[in-house]
Amino acid sequence: MTTSPALPTALAEIVNDFKELEERDRLTLLLEFSRSLPPLPERLANHPELLEQVVECQSPLFLTVEAEKTETGEVIRLFFQAPPEAPTTRGFASVLFEGLDGLTAEEILAVPDDMPEQLGLTRAISPLRMRGMSAMLGRVKRKIAGGVRPAV
Amino acid sequence: MPVAVETNEKFAAYAHPERLVSTEWLAAALADGAASNGNLVVVESDEDVLLYETGHIPGAVKIDWHTDLNDDVTRDYIDGKAFALLAAAKGISRDTTVVVYGDKSNWWAAYALWVFTLFGHEDVRLLDGGRDKWIAEGREFTTDATAVTPAADYPVVERDDAPIRAYKDDVLAHLGKPLIDVRSTEEYTGERTHMPAYPQEGTLRGGHIPTAASIPWARAADSDGTYRSREELEALYLDEAGLVAGDEVIAYCRIGERSSHTWFALKYLLGFENVRNYDGSWTEWGNAVRVPIAVGADRGELPTS
Repeated sequence: MTTSPALPTALAEIVNDFKELEERDRLTLLLEFSRSLPPLPERLANHPELLEQVVECQSPLFLTVEAEKTETGEVIRLFFQAPPEAPTTRGFASVLFEGLDGLTAEEILAVPDDMPEQLGLTRAISPLRMRGMSAMLGRVKRKIAGGVRPAV
Repeated sequence: MPVAVETNEKFAAYAHPERLVSTEWLAAALADGAASNGNLVVVESDEDVLLYETGHIPGAVKIDWHTDLNDDVTRDYIDGKAFALLAAAKGISRDTTVVVYGDKSNWWAAYALWVFTLFGHEDVRLLDGGRDKWIAEGREFTTDATAVTPAADYPVVERDDAPIRAYKDDVLAHLGKPLIDVRSTEEYTGERTHMPAYPQEGTLRGGHIPTAASIPWARAADSDGTYRSREELEALYLDEAGLVAGDEVIAYCRIGERSSHTWFALKYLLGFENVRNYDGSWTEWGNAVRVPIAVGADRGELPTS
């Protein structure tokens, strides 16, 4: 059996929270995540051209990443937007936001691509829908690998 | 005991008005307590598996197209035993009137209705306009969990696929008779193999089944998500697609969901007796070895040999 590299602490905790639940309750937890996805800051909400759409998601999802300088070095900030009628997509975005926002580029790039599978949701929501979340993570990593725009 | 059918001017023009209910009718039926004795069960079926949890018609139950209706191993629908368990768990008896509604002009609701019909459930109707119309009209909506009284019994009925479901071989045998391709124009021409802004589902070839007419499914729906009038539907499917009364028709899309919406319009609203939904659709045809494919905007010709 191959073991995946360790996840960043916040994301590992989220994965554990999901895993500890019964399958049905994992859906409820995903719904709670969907409610806590923060709205875009005004400077981005008014500039949709700064976001890109992840077309692999079933519902419209837009995201962008920014680099932010802190006292301890540069970190990555994540921004997601998805409509309220797409709670599953919002839930995925919210998991990635809470698990990865504020980490370094290296930490995010080290997250294994199969991380969404570890949530144990595949059977409850179907493999097709899980692909949307993998695509979201993939896009975040590709954007970071391709060079990140500093915050304006 | 089935619930009395709705009569109104719009529905009366359709071949089978008993297959639709309006939002007014459903609100009145619910207010009258039709759902309190098992005679009427309202089912929500959406694209997003969590949408129901964000709010639903009071008393409605959820049925998910992926996780409830599809077999989780074979690419097929659940069997009679699983369907009986599902129905009973949702409070549905064999003689219950089931009203299905959902998001996106009832796209997935029509799919659920089609699967209910595979099992010969007699009285299953669509809420014209679906979830969005109900919400737009400011009707009662809740996040309260529905307390379901499971039905005492739902018989194990084996699926009868042949009348309304076509397999790939059926489509090959059907070639020469009318086909309706309900996908977007870009999918029909072969420019893309999946819906704009939707997941790529791994189709190797683009295009359409030769001779199929292109009538994207959403053209059957009005801006409020209700079905268009009989007259408008006739303009679409008779005048534009060229169907004539008595035709045997097969509708298809990518996995059979959008074409369920068109199947419903052809069968119940226009009264074509022999309409089948090819659920293998483009994800099967576009990957199958040596089946004919036409590309571009023209319907294309059947191979001569």
